[in-house]
Amino acid sequence: MKLKKYEGYFYILPWLVGLLVFTAYPFIASFVLSFTDYNLQSSPNFIALGNYKKMFETELFKTSIKTTFIYVFVTVPLKLTFALFIAYILNFKLKAVNFFRTAYYLPSILGGSVAIAVLWRFLFADSGLINIIIGVFGADPISWLGNPKYAIFTISLLRVWQFGSPMVIFLAALKNIPESLYEAARIDGAPKTSIFFRITLPLITPIVFFNFIMQLVQAFQEFNGPYIITGGGPLRSTYLFPLYIYDNAFKYFRMGYGSALAWFLFIIIMIFTMITFKSEKYWVHYDGGDE
Amino acid sequence: MKAKQESQINHQEVNDLLENDMLLRKRRIRRGKINSAVRYAILIAVGILMLYPLVWLIGASFKTNAEIFTSIGFMPKEFDFSGYIRGWKTSTEYTFATYFANTFKIVIPKVILTVISTTVTAYGFARFKFKGKKLLFSILIATLLLPNVVLRIPQYLMYREFNWLDSYKPLVVPAAFAVDAFFVFMMIQFMKGLPKDLEEAAVIDGCNSFQVLWYILIPMLKPAMISVALFQFMWTMNDFLGPLIYISSVKKYPVSIALKMSMDASTLVQWNQTLAMSVIVLIPSLVVFFIAQKHFVDGISTTGMKG
Repeated sequence: MKLKKYEGYFYILPWLVGLLVFTAYPFIASFVLSFTDYNLQSSPNFIALGNYKKMFETELFKTSIKTTFIYVFVTVPLKLTFALFIAYILNFKLKAVNFFRTAYYLPSILGGSVAIAVLWRFLFADSGLINIIIGVFGADPISWLGNPKYAIFTISLLRVWQFGSPMVIFLAALKNIPESLYEAARIDGAPKTSIFFRITLPLITPIVFFNFIMQLVQAFQEFNGPYIITGGGPLRSTYLFPLYIYDNAFKYFRMGYGSALAWFLFIIIMIFTMITFKSEKYWVHYDGGDE
Repeated sequence: MKAKQESQINHQEVNDLLENDMLLRKRRIRRGKINSAVRYAILIAVGILMLYPLVWLIGASFKTNAEIFTSIGFMPKEFDFSGYIRGWKTSTEYTFATYFANTFKIVIPKVILTVISTTVTAYGFARFKFKGKKLLFSILIATLLLPNVVLRIPQYLMYREFNWLDSYKPLVVPAAFAVDAFFVFMMIQFMKGLPKDLEEAAVIDGCNSFQVLWYILIPMLKPAMISVALFQFMWTMNDFLGPLIYISSVKKYPVSIALKMSMDASTLVQWNQTLAMSVIVLIPSLVVFFIAQKHFVDGISTTGMKG
């Protein structure tokens, strides 16, 4: 009988071990490493804030951060707006909704694949499909991946194309809104746009909030797209921060500096997550909230 | 006299109202039709944007190199299989058969271990009371949001100490310890939705907690376990950064790295090989997706997982 008290621990034990070994220890270790000059060859020396000072003096660090912000703040809002818009349309009782839902979801599930990144490189190549298509309309070919001005947006587009997973989540939330709420508004003759902004959107803000955070955390860590499609170029215009971390840590084996960079990114992500959580009370309505 | 007049007016009014109503209703039906036509148009247009790249990829893989860069249509003029034949052979000493075998050496154990470890962990959280559970559950949720990027360097150094580099262990072993908080969370949510009466009856009949899990819960958990397996399959098939960091010898490369390598090696002349291999690499995922699409959509909508 006494054993019963500990049975729960028994079942969560694998997870607990995993948490300590594969998450908690690395988490603390990278923080400690970030104050050292460890480079695999010699034993680490404590250099205090040396790595952090160094990064702010590095030009590449600054351009990389700037690029990452542009990327995140283009990709996330576009992806979510699109996801919500399409989910909104799919929520009308149309035929073949399931077909469309599947079709839109497919790119998100395959999208992480190297194969899709390869495809993107071909589609947006100088003589690729996109340029052939715009050529039909008489436009001049655009150097989607070769021009530093456009390359980051081409990468961003790859992720926007994968709006399927937030869309599926939005759609599930929209389906949960009771029909009676809409009916009341319709009887009062409210126009569609105000029904959307006054009823639909407030009711699904918790989901908007959830999707926003998930997409934000993901976007700040984007690696595969730029690494495979452009390799960070041209002229470092798609050199997102995770690429900078990867190069330092696993190409030059600057483990100390790499850890400091990773922690910098971590803190940025945390700040944005905190801001979103803090601002929650101004725009997220939970059931029986402040109405 | 007056009363008669009044009733006539009333009659007139009612008639007007009815007519008005009819008009309104007709207009609403017409507007409804226009609206749904607009909606279908948007859905179809977006659908084409979503799927045409994939359709084009399949068509282009059968085209000659010259045709890939000249035609918009997806149907090749004649089917050219040379991309597949030469692409499969690769420019290395191994064929894609080796790389696929490698991928499955990672994917299969990882999926199995993930399903087992997450089910067991979720069982502990969803069905038992113990000290510190609240705190541990909050930690679980916190790890959901913890960016992996901050863990990667010490993990690499740790696996180096274990002598695990250039093996599949760094990619597979953590799965035995339920490190994907997403899946644990998803299983917990699912388990909380299941009725407890059967389990209570089983306990009264003398089942121990493991028997309860095995005979009562697991049969009911099947849909959730399938969802976990499917997502883990897709993510592991697609995983690129993991093998990039840990696998250094070519003969151990999974397809994701092999494909990147084939793309880097190909000059303009061999692009159809790379496209052909992209199609091949996508086939397992596509087959699984179409067989099990319901599970994917259900899994993601009930728990709000990332995809």
